[in-house]
Amino acid sequence: MTNGAITFDNVSRFYGDVLGVNRVSLSIPPGVTSLVGPNGSGKTTLMNLMTGLIRPTRGEIRVLGIPPDRPEELFRHAGYCTQFDAFPKGLTGWEFLYGFLRVHGKEHAEADRLAWEALEIVGMKGAAPRLIGAYSKGMRQRIKLAQSICHKPSVLVLDEPLNGLDPMARAETIDLFRKWGEQGLHVIVSSHILHEVDRISDRVILLSHGYVVAEGQIQGVRSEVKEHPIQVLVRCDRPGVLASRLFEQDHVVEAKIDQDGRGVLVRTLDADKLYLLLNRVVLEAGLEIESVAPADEDVHSVYQYLIGSEGGTV
Amino acid sequence: MNWYAVAQLPWRFYALQALAVVRLEWRRNFFSRRAVWLYVLALAPVLLTGAHSLVAAQRGWGHSLGEDLRIYAGIFHLAYLRMAIFLGCVVIFANQFRGEFLERTLHYYFLAPIRREVLVAGKYIAGLLAAVAFFAVSAGLSFLLTPLHFGAQFQEFLLRQDGLEQLGRYVLVAVLACAGYGAVFLLAGMLLRNPMIPAAGVMVWEGINPFLPSLLRKCSIIFYLKSLTPIEIAPGGPLSLFATNVEPPPVWLAVPGLLLVTMLVLVTAAIRARRLEVSYGDS
Repeated sequence: MTNGAITFDNVSRFYGDVLGVNRVSLSIPPGVTSLVGPNGSGKTTLMNLMTGLIRPTRGEIRVLGIPPDRPEELFRHAGYCTQFDAFPKGLTGWEFLYGFLRVHGKEHAEADRLAWEALEIVGMKGAAPRLIGAYSKGMRQRIKLAQSICHKPSVLVLDEPLNGLDPMARAETIDLFRKWGEQGLHVIVSSHILHEVDRISDRVILLSHGYVVAEGQIQGVRSEVKEHPIQVLVRCDRPGVLASRLFEQDHVVEAKIDQDGRGVLVRTLDADKLYLLLNRVVLEAGLEIESVAPADEDVHSVYQYLIGSEGGTV
Repeated sequence: MNWYAVAQLPWRFYALQALAVVRLEWRRNFFSRRAVWLYVLALAPVLLTGAHSLVAAQRGWGHSLGEDLRIYAGIFHLAYLRMAIFLGCVVIFANQFRGEFLERTLHYYFLAPIRREVLVAGKYIAGLLAAVAFFAVSAGLSFLLTPLHFGAQFQEFLLRQDGLEQLGRYVLVAVLACAGYGAVFLLAGMLLRNPMIPAAGVMVWEGINPFLPSLLRKCSIIFYLKSLTPIEIAPGGPLSLFATNVEPPPVWLAVPGLLLVTMLVLVTAAIRARRLEVSYGDS
């Protein structure tokens, strides 16, 4: 058992005859980890399992060494921002945070301080005295986020946390996630908005129909997709020369001049051989290479290759 | 777990958490839309007894104080024990967990570092305080209002005879009824999707209590409560032919017995709460 990680050991969860997740074994280290998958793939089930809202039918889960069926210990270290857009009636934003901080066992002064700190982080200080019932969708999302972070957890589980946020708030929230990840927190985010996942995540867990189909750093996951050639965009001063040299190689499946005429988009079965070849061409033909960048080492491509679905867009 | 380990538990911390739950539940019990029914249930007998006293004072009904006290005993048995307190407890306690399921807000409690047992205790105490505030106060007020038109005679009965003792016993019975029924309906709200089904079952069971065999009569809350009231009301008319004659339990047995049953039901609720999952889609 790893005390500093979130571990799933052969975990399955069924809802009657319906599969939630099946035979999931994972070890999630600190940093930002994104759960990616289409609707019904098991993202929320996985999050509900790790926070004890539901129990596994089989297998064992530990969050920093704590089993999720001991909430009195788990939620000293963990916070969960769920997808449920519902709040106790008749409470203001501040009362909501303060009230549940008291349920955490905090004394008045500490609960008050922590509530205001969380409200400041999510930019809701001004709206704190207003009833949550009068909040917009984006404000409700932010107050939920504040409630999940107000006790300063080291494990943050966030189910579609960017839903309903305006572009400015999205950017700010993404920066927050990155900052927390860099600080060594476990930040587990589910999202179907792939380009945002790319920006947020250190690692991804790809889910499909209740199964984990891939996990790890995005580049690592991508390199495991052997059947799909890797795409690399090489920007250089003479793309035609480069393309002709590339066609001679067995591992190059396709090489085409980029639309702006200043680069070559290469599809290769062996990226290492390609990079060695580029070095040779530079030396032999005097080519000036401006940049070499993977063109499909992003979540969107991996998602398409592994799951065969487009995923979501903004 | 041994007693030493139990004593070492952070009881003050648990009390703080339970108190925080009570504070959050306060609004749900007093200021929610469903609380309107509680106000109606609690105020209706008060208005009825108040009107009785007003009319009697103006017109003079020729009742004796003893007769008015028997009228109140009937009101207490029918309007309070069988109606207001019973239905009020269904509304308050069955919704403590079920209501939050329907409103999709229970997860906020489940995502806090609070033992589920403490959560059950907090919600029960919150419900009990509300039920007592509504119904025990209402029952006490009605007792004072019913014979109010007797003026000095009632004052003499209240202060120099056993009036205060009777008032205390009615209030005690109301509190015990809230405690007993409250625990039953709290558990029912956790076990069943529709708490009205067990509520109807308990209502029928309590209603037919006088006609049950002696052993079964003892397996109900109303049996112990009735024995504690100052004036017992037996079924009248032809129904009295079917009533069974059972020696009522003494006070020293009835009160701790009821509290023990309440504790057992609450322990069952706490065990159930530890296994409870939040999956609103299924609810």
